[in-house]
Amino acid sequence: MIQIENLHKKFGKNPVLSGVDLALANGGIFAVLGPNGSGKTTLIKCILGMVIPSSGVVLVGGKSIKNNWKYRQEIDYLPQIANFPGNLRVNELIRMIKDLRQKPSNEEKLITLFGLSAFLDKKLSTLSGGTKQKVNIVLTFMFDCPLMILDEPTNGLDPASLLRLKDLIRQEKAKGKTILITSHIMQFVEEMADEIIYLLEGRIYFRGSMQALMNMTEQKDFEHAIATIATQPTDA
Amino acid sequence: MPLPPLQLNRPMLKILKYSFYDLIRSRWSYVYFLFYLALGFVLLFLNNDLSKAVITLMNVIIVLVPLIGTIFGVMYFYNSKEFTELLLAQPLKRSSIFLGQYLGVAGSLTLSLVLGLGLPFVLYGLFRSEAIWDFSLLLVTGAFLTLIFTGLAFNIALSNENRIKGFGYAVLLWLFLAVIYDGMFLLSLIVFEAYPLDTFSLVASMFNPIDLSRTLILLKLDISALLGYTGAVFKQFFGTNTGLFVSIIMLFLWTLLPIWRLAYISKRKDF
Repeated sequence: MIQIENLHKKFGKNPVLSGVDLALANGGIFAVLGPNGSGKTTLIKCILGMVIPSSGVVLVGGKSIKNNWKYRQEIDYLPQIANFPGNLRVNELIRMIKDLRQKPSNEEKLITLFGLSAFLDKKLSTLSGGTKQKVNIVLTFMFDCPLMILDEPTNGLDPASLLRLKDLIRQEKAKGKTILITSHIMQFVEEMADEIIYLLEGRIYFRGSMQALMNMTEQKDFEHAIATIATQPTDA
Repeated sequence: MPLPPLQLNRPMLKILKYSFYDLIRSRWSYVYFLFYLALGFVLLFLNNDLSKAVITLMNVIIVLVPLIGTIFGVMYFYNSKEFTELLLAQPLKRSSIFLGQYLGVAGSLTLSLVLGLGLPFVLYGLFRSEAIWDFSLLLVTGAFLTLIFTGLAFNIALSNENRIKGFGYAVLLWLFLAVIYDGMFLLSLIVFEAYPLDTFSLVASMFNPIDLSRTLILLKLDISALLGYTGAVFKQFFGTNTGLFVSIIMLFLWTLLPIWRLAYISKRKDF
């Protein structure tokens, strides 16, 4: 689904990604982890074409994304901070995105699922952080794309909504989708992810299953394994 | 560098539509509209004469329209950062996103201008007056200035992450073209008095869209006393009709240049 070869990105003189190689097969949930500033968001934005790589190749679905925008037709992206144009109402925003993407969508089901019906006529600037995140989720999950990229999907969600989100992600996975998630909530990652991709200082430091990670770090639980990974002398 | 194609595609028209609606609902569009409405009525009331009102209006338009276009352009660009990022993750071409937004802003500003000024003049009996062509040219020039300065403002905002800097540069640009440029121009005419300055002043006026607009309108109004040195050279050099034609072509170029650069740099930017 995604193939990345020798990806470099510098912002000014500051290197953020320095030689990322990554190949993701079709299907499965991949968690992109790493400390703050390790390049997670930059990597995701490179895949989305929002950040233009300094060098290297990114292929999505076998095609280079350089000077290409049509491939985003196949990606659902959940941005990290759900800041929407405040002047718009929720239903206007949903209609706008539908109009721009021109794809079949199932927003009604999701609106009922997250109890957003009462907010449809509200302006986005008046919504609370959690409600905005629910709108964000509706916008992302209402289309049926083979690749999903979720940047901190659990942000601001109450426990009930979090359960619904997990169910949704599982359903999408069952359809054979490739799902890329970043999160700082290790419990969530542990529960959802099939594979861990750990970024450190702009490189992929570790890639593998959770079990492999725990064996490598000789830790009993996942949270500690992640916390100690960078201090291990082992070269992954 | 190959010129990117600037065709009006469907996604771009959609973004234009959303930006336009967003602005039409904002308070500032109404303030701008009401300001021109009031200005039109007051001028007509004070002058009691359509052609005289047109001249006064020209002086206001030539300074104010660029200022509003600049401020509004920068403000809209920075304020719609979230909207832009939302759009960037959608299957849309970058140039469609930015050109759509640009045309949305410039379009709503032009609409405020044309309706705000048009209404009082039409009520006053514009259609029965001979000033209708002068007035139309004034509105066309106003539209050009809006397009040009909104485009320049978008360029500045796109090149500066820092809002304060972006605002500063944009206001400086307006100040330079509206005030300082003329001063420098006059100064150089005095300093180099002994030399033939026809070509110099001709070229100098081409490089400033505000000067160009003033010359264009005054050529049409045919008021030699107000034409100034540049205008006189213009008239002498081209004659009234060719002069009009040349200045309109130049305004076109002035409009296209920022649009082209907008499409060019938006392709290379990180978000």
